[in-house]
Amino acid sequence: MKKVMIGNHAVSWGVLRSRVEVISAYPITPQTQIVEALSDMVADGSLPAQYIKVESEHSAMAACIGASIAGTRTFTATSAQGLALMHEMLHWAAGGRLPVVMADVNRAMAPGWTIWTDQNDSLSQRDTGWIQLYCETNQEVFDTTVQAFKLAEAVNLPVMLVLDAFFLSHTSEPVDVTEQEDVDRFLPRREATFKMDTSDPHAFGALVRPDAYTEMRWHQQEAMREARDVFREVEDEWEAITGRRYGAVEAYRADDADLLLVTSGTITSTARHVVDQRRAAGEKLGLVKVKMFRPFPTDELRGLLGGVNRVAVLDRNVSPGRGGIFAEEIRAALYDVPPDDRPILFGYVLGLGGRDVTPAVINDIIDNTRSKASPEREDLWVGVEL
Amino acid sequence: MRELRIHGRGGQGSVIASKLLAVALFREGEWVQSFPAFGVERRGAPVTAFLRLDDDPIRLRCEITEPDDLIVLDPTLIDAIDVTAGLKRGGTILINTEKAPEEYPGLLERFRVATIDASGIAIRHGLGTKTQPIVNTAIVGAFAAEFGLISLESVKAAIEDEVPAKREANYAAAVEAHGAVRSAGPREVSHV
Repeated sequence: MKKVMIGNHAVSWGVLRSRVEVISAYPITPQTQIVEALSDMVADGSLPAQYIKVESEHSAMAACIGASIAGTRTFTATSAQGLALMHEMLHWAAGGRLPVVMADVNRAMAPGWTIWTDQNDSLSQRDTGWIQLYCETNQEVFDTTVQAFKLAEAVNLPVMLVLDAFFLSHTSEPVDVTEQEDVDRFLPRREATFKMDTSDPHAFGALVRPDAYTEMRWHQQEAMREARDVFREVEDEWEAITGRRYGAVEAYRADDADLLLVTSGTITSTARHVVDQRRAAGEKLGLVKVKMFRPFPTDELRGLLGGVNRVAVLDRNVSPGRGGIFAEEIRAALYDVPPDDRPILFGYVLGLGGRDVTPAVINDIIDNTRSKASPEREDLWVGVEL
Repeated sequence: MRELRIHGRGGQGSVIASKLLAVALFREGEWVQSFPAFGVERRGAPVTAFLRLDDDPIRLRCEITEPDDLIVLDPTLIDAIDVTAGLKRGGTILINTEKAPEEYPGLLERFRVATIDASGIAIRHGLGTKTQPIVNTAIVGAFAAEFGLISLESVKAAIEDEVPAKREANYAAAVEAHGAVRSAGPREVSHV
């Protein structure tokens, strides 16, 4: 069924098709439409789930954790300050190895008070142990929602699927909603390995002494490593059903390129447009889209970026005191590339708080990257007017 | 690709108008993308919505600054803000007004002008109130007649999909507007 829908509703349809059993959420712009549509689906019976209303995002995640320990498939959605308020519970979900799936609609952090997009909300949760998948189109949002449950339940880790505020969340475009029987074949009911069961009682969340804590973290890290391979298998299976796949990392017209842009989220789409235009004019330009941020696709990025002359990373985020977060992670990944193959990396910070990233902005970045022998500084800020 | 910008005021239904057009155009086989100017909407304040259509999936994900065509849901906006900013020469401006296109000689020097009394039509069909008519379905009917990109059948299907109440009255308003749109001026813009 093909339908024109906003990105937020592409999430809701993905949750519906995934036969989620428990939803708990607290409304926040620009996410609210996701859970509004879900509460309608629960109310009219099309989604036979429990919808738990709570007084805060912290409680929403706590409810999801409880429901997930009880063995159910659980979902929530949030943005910005809501995600920040969940922070403690994000650790509980990940450390408890619970396959909760959450949609985060990327909204910049306040202050200044804002509802517009950037990635600082989700990237601030980098070290909580959640898998993070960044989406580019509403179709990818739908597909990734369904895939997220399969991936989460296979490795017992929570998954955050991430979409740009407004540029996806409130933008209508066609989405092919996979039929229920096809999703059912792909994603059977969750079978929890360990669960809270009154007929077979266990304790959860007990004190862990120094003799076992490190091993818990080791297993978490191993599950993250495993998630890279499992994601590939999940995509294989989804592609066999729908014909669509995205990759943890995607190379676009990267062959023979002497300059590669690295993007995530919706900037990728506009950058593809620019790459096509400049390729048509004979320029050796390509693009690498990073979908998976945790676990970080280190090997894939080394393979794609190693040996290329120049790389321009476009970060719609900033770690104050350092720079663009994707750029920093990529610099670290390229440290082990032999020096002769190491590209000159230009890290651009742009589009913060929803500032529009147009083809003209991306063209300026490409021209700047080509014109300089090396970057003047690690963080190159685009369009700052003082 | 063709890019349209819609100007209205909060409460007139600009965002739904862009969605109705997107759904109707998709039904006609176009790839579509529609979105509001992202902000905090208030009743009566100027609001903007955008629509792109193309044969192939659309990659641009930024606001539209050089539209091919315009839709203006409130004629007082023409004096209040620079609605034609970036509009390509020869593009069409569809205006909700009682006036004839010839009454906009300044615009006609550079653009094609189409007019429709969408407010009057909406009031006659009981859509919104007399002071705050909801004009989106009437304007979509006028768009169908002026641009020739969507049939009334697709307008009807879009209303059934996207309009929660008074579907028959909304469709009747679209049909009336379809038959009443007036236009003048050249149609020169070439779409690439």
